[in-house]
Amino acid sequence: MSKTQTVAMMPGAEVILKVMEAEGVDVIFGYPGGAVLPIYDALFKNNSIRHILVRHEQAAVHAAEGYARSTGKVGVVLVTSGPGATNAVTGLTDALMDSVPIVCLTGQVPSHLIGTDAFQEADTSGITRPCTKYNYLVKKSDRLQANIEEAFHVARSGRPGPVVLDLPKDVQMLDAPFIEHKSAEPLAQRYKPVTSPQKAVIKEAVKMMKQAKKPVIYGGGGLINSGPRASDALHKLVNQTGWPTTLTLMGLGALPADDSHFLGMLGMHGTYQANLAMHNCDFMLNLGARFDDRVTGRLSEFAPFSKKIHADIDPSSINKVVNVDLGVIGDVGETIDALLAEMEVQSFSPNAKAMTRWWEQIEGWRSRDCLAFEQAGPIIKPQKSIQRLYEMTKDRDVYVTTEVGQHQMWAAQYFGFHKPNRWMTSGGLGTMGYGLPAAVGVQIAHPEATVIDISGEASFLMNMQELSTIAQYNLPVKIFILNNEWMGMVRQWQELVHGKRYSESYSSSLPDFVKLADTFGMKGLRASAADDLDDVIAEMLATDGPVIADIRVEKEENCFPMIPSGAAHHEMILGPEDETNKSISEEGKVLV
Amino acid sequence: MLDTTQIERHTLSVLVDNEPGVLARVVGLFSGRGYNIESLTVSEVDATRQLSRISVVTSGTPMVIEQIKQLLDKLVPTHSVQDLTVGPAHVERELALIKIVCIGDKRVESLRVADSFRARTLDSSLNSFVFEVTGNSSKITAFIELMNSLGDIEVARTGVCGMTRGNNIDLVG
Ligand SMILES: Cc1ncc(C[n+]2csc(CCOP(=O)(O)OP(=O)(O)O)c2C)c(N)n1
Ligand SMILES: [Mg+2]
Repeated sequence: MSKTQTVAMMPGAEVILKVMEAEGVDVIFGYPGGAVLPIYDALFKNNSIRHILVRHEQAAVHAAEGYARSTGKVGVVLVTSGPGATNAVTGLTDALMDSVPIVCLTGQVPSHLIGTDAFQEADTSGITRPCTKYNYLVKKSDRLQANIEEAFHVARSGRPGPVVLDLPKDVQMLDAPFIEHKSAEPLAQRYKPVTSPQKAVIKEAVKMMKQAKKPVIYGGGGLINSGPRASDALHKLVNQTGWPTTLTLMGLGALPADDSHFLGMLGMHGTYQANLAMHNCDFMLNLGARFDDRVTGRLSEFAPFSKKIHADIDPSSINKVVNVDLGVIGDVGETIDALLAEMEVQSFSPNAKAMTRWWEQIEGWRSRDCLAFEQAGPIIKPQKSIQRLYEMTKDRDVYVTTEVGQHQMWAAQYFGFHKPNRWMTSGGLGTMGYGLPAAVGVQIAHPEATVIDISGEASFLMNMQELSTIAQYNLPVKIFILNNEWMGMVRQWQELVHGKRYSESYSSSLPDFVKLADTFGMKGLRASAADDLDDVIAEMLATDGPVIADIRVEKEENCFPMIPSGAAHHEMILGPEDETNKSISEEGKVLV
Repeated sequence: MLDTTQIERHTLSVLVDNEPGVLARVVGLFSGRGYNIESLTVSEVDATRQLSRISVVTSGTPMVIEQIKQLLDKLVPTHSVQDLTVGPAHVERELALIKIVCIGDKRVESLRVADSFRARTLDSSLNSFVFEVTGNSSKITAFIELMNSLGDIEVARTGVCGMTRGNNIDLVG
């Protein structure tokens, strides 16, 4: 550090806020308790950082995730020791699985009491070690600033993820040094993930691309994490190659849904054309996706005829489950830019004849219209409700969060995303209760936008205490519940895999959602028949404040298409008529 | 493409910052994924820069070994990961202490065996010895087996530590 920097001494809690200000933090999602009172006291006097009081620590993390995914910034969480920290664990795991940058400050009992089973003591660093990218137990005041700065750096760089800072109460109270960084130079860091792909590898990649006759681009959440620039670059790449492109659940929005090259989402509930293109391709360009089991289906038959390139910022993702012919380590946005530049050098042009034939084949699959459904009669088809929601919000600045279940998959299938960062869903962990608090975080970050939580009645109940947060800050979140009175996705699996034995999957004793809205001072709406649907959506959108819309949908509708667990891409079930021919193998039943 | 059928044994040498929780993270990385640790040794090797070296022997398919190396390398406090098994030639050593309780001919024989293994006698009583033996793991295993046939034994082994041959030095990058 240079000599122009002065060291100021101040209580640890103030250092914490100062460092966060310097990191650009403008909002914290948290819940107070004994072990973080010094930080809350410092917040009381602070004017630049806004604190959003949630109603459960799990929700604090999901809200921070919503904030982070919709802005590209680090989401910040503040919780107390013991139960505060353990309540945050689900959120941290969710953020780890979906690579969301989070810094979570947890209070800890004073240093001298650690290890004594003190009141509200938990081994937070031990408990959170497997569910964080990194964590710190800050024992020395003179390391406080460096630890926090590194935490932000680790959370946001490389493959992003959650970082926990466990802060004993004495460290928050004792004076600690704070150094204002006057120089604009970034701090020397020991964690230095590679972001620029190697030139030689890019050269090799373009050589392989030139050989492709049946190519497919398979993009994932890395495209979103890399920033909007990566989506722009993908757009260019798709236009220059004319290649068919599919996106994972986490990648939706990286290519506009109405782009003619877009085949829709792939995987278990992906489109027929996307999955068959994956199965039959001779060349696969994986951009920031991780060959998740929801995507690959049975591994032994995954894209069996293809050469594969995998671009990922995380070297440990490459060759983890699928062996590839070439791994490209680096930021996926930078990687696409490098590919585009190298394509010019090598005067790449797509194989026109082969592409015509390949597209013909793909259009054949596409013409099966695998997402077709029939809205006949008064009962609202869940697919219809999402379709109408999409169509009626097209001219708005809209952000969508979801819970987990059938409604989540229908949202992914029928809601079109045209920009990155507009779609927040729990992909890796599949956390019911994610969507409502995530919507809180999104709405805080984008006060003017239309933020919709597409929810299921069962998931909604998992974090419905956040209605109180929504009411307190008057967040105009629209809660769109696809109420089928079932844990629909569980019911679907029981129907298909467990002989229709519907064990404990009925959503009994539901609240009256309209009255529930009323008790929180919100508007409650209900659509019971297909004719009500548009009116309810219109009224919901016209309402300035928060709304709960109870959309009574077909109770036993299944989500199709579907690759049964343990099956391969070309063994999809397209719809109920198809389902009887394809039974689920014994090996498949073991899988989740 | 990597062959996924064959199980291989690899010795990895990992240079890390000596800070709380590092070893737990390394061990957790193995246990959380069901990977094997055959042996693990760790000690600070540079007090001023607070660096520790972890030597770990693991086994798995080539894909798993590759995964382990990448995961170790990804850890924030990791400075370097060397795979001694695939790298340039290397040396490996292990140290063991073996206590043997026996009398008469067996006592004499145990001394003779110890001598042929270049073991040192650290302690002796009328009916016991404590031997120290160093070498590669198979030599130590052979020594222990011989001792076991001569009396009751107690064993403490350090696990393998190793480094590359030649003038290449693994420094903080
Ligand atoms: C926290 C949690 N517990 C259990 C599950 C397993 N699970 C997956 S979907 C689902 C049912 C969701 O029901 P609902 O929210 O009504 O959505 P639907 O499928 O009916 O649209 C359950 C229980 C989960 N994903 N998350
Ligand atoms: Mg439901």
